[in-house]
Amino acid sequence: MNFAITLATARRILTQLRHDHRTVALMVLVPTLVIVLLYYVIDDRRTFAQWAPVLLCIFPFLVMFLVTSIATLRERTSGTLERLMAGPLGKLDLLLGYGIAFGLTACVQVALALTVSLTWLGLEPAGPLWPLVVVALLNALLGTALGLLCSAFARSEFQAVQFMPVVMIPQLLLGGIIVPRDQMATALEWVSNVLPMSYAIDAMKTAVMGAELGGEFWRDVLVVAGAALLALILGAATLPRRTP
Amino acid sequence: MMNSSSPAIAVQALRVTRGGAEVLHGLTFEVPRGQVTGLLGPSGCGKTTLMRAIVGVQIVSGGQVTVLGEPAGSPALRRRIGYSTQNPAVYRDLSVRENLRYFAAVLNAPKSDVDRVMEEVGLSDAAGQLGGTLSGGQLNRASLAVALLGSPELVVLDEPTVGLDPVLRQELWQLFQSLAARGVTLVVSSHVMDEAARCERLIVMRDGEILADDSPEGLRGHTRTTDLEEAFLRLIEERAAA
Repeated sequence: MNFAITLATARRILTQLRHDHRTVALMVLVPTLVIVLLYYVIDDRRTFAQWAPVLLCIFPFLVMFLVTSIATLRERTSGTLERLMAGPLGKLDLLLGYGIAFGLTACVQVALALTVSLTWLGLEPAGPLWPLVVVALLNALLGTALGLLCSAFARSEFQAVQFMPVVMIPQLLLGGIIVPRDQMATALEWVSNVLPMSYAIDAMKTAVMGAELGGEFWRDVLVVAGAALLALILGAATLPRRTP
Repeated sequence: MMNSSSPAIAVQALRVTRGGAEVLHGLTFEVPRGQVTGLLGPSGCGKTTLMRAIVGVQIVSGGQVTVLGEPAGSPALRRRIGYSTQNPAVYRDLSVRENLRYFAAVLNAPKSDVDRVMEEVGLSDAAGQLGGTLSGGQLNRASLAVALLGSPELVVLDEPTVGLDPVLRQELWQLFQSLAARGVTLVVSSHVMDEAARCERLIVMRDGEILADDSPEGLRGHTRTTDLEEAFLRLIEERAAA
């Protein structure tokens, strides 16, 4: 690992994004637009206050997952990955480069969605704002890390896009958004216990309710961070220098 | 310091299997330092696989590849080899300059290298153009430019002159020869026979085997023809008769 190479990689990915205005617009604006849409669909402040944070939690994950898995797949198929692997770049340099670049993009995404929610839509969080931001950013990192990992198993863009519902929907269904986790069948609760999104959603709920940020909140945050780190390391393992 | 008389590349009984079939059947040869070695043969003969093995990105099933005194693919070699794949490996959504800046940063090459290599491959005019808007030949040259960043001791180029106009092709071969004169070892693959005459040494391949490993003159003398295309045909006949 080499910090200068990691930063150069992050800068390169951000430059690629800068050349692609439409992708940037989609990444930054879509979450905000969906939250605005949700506000008018629900048309009830209290219910909206429960759902908006859930979206703030899901969107960074979803968008980063998609963008990262496609971006790394492109890197694999275009030959640039082979070129980098023949050179001095470390595998973690590449993965962390993606993490930093898309993490920064997620910051912009979350900042805009939060600003609009707090001002125009009148969302009033019960507690301080920073736990919400921390959880949203961690989710973005988790999405990036899982996207990197999943792209290793995709041979084409078609497959990569299909991984999104596979990874996403079970985590949402089992994450306790629709049915609280302790009311699920035991087997499902077990599954729910090993999915990182469950902890992200728990942490988000704690942050929104303005509850005491006790050990449970920090445990949830650590689990999500740990899952992101694990996915990054597994992602590095799926990047062989030598290929068949 | 390495002994400069030792070969740049030493390949011993190299076997590679891809997709269940053996594509390189125990190759043994050496590449001397400071020369342009041409790797010739029809498409599908194993040139690219051999180059990937030299660069250290190919899983090999047997044999040894030693590059600049180290086993191929060892970390110490990664800054000392320039490599350009057949498929131009540059980012289509970055400009030529941005591509080169990034790869120069990865190699820790001086910033001035970016302008130098653009000049060398004749891409200075297209510096600000996005990869995706370049022509095939320009894209190829951008990829070649990346391989020249830093000061590689070995430059491995897979079909670098495909689709280029004859003037440009001539210029690039002059560049290769001037690099060799500076002591750089070049391995250049081609399926165009007329490029063979510009190499100091030729390795002729077919179906994963080496048909000949000689100088162009030696090859002409051995096959008693002045035409390298003809020489190639003779080599195949010889092999069939043996």
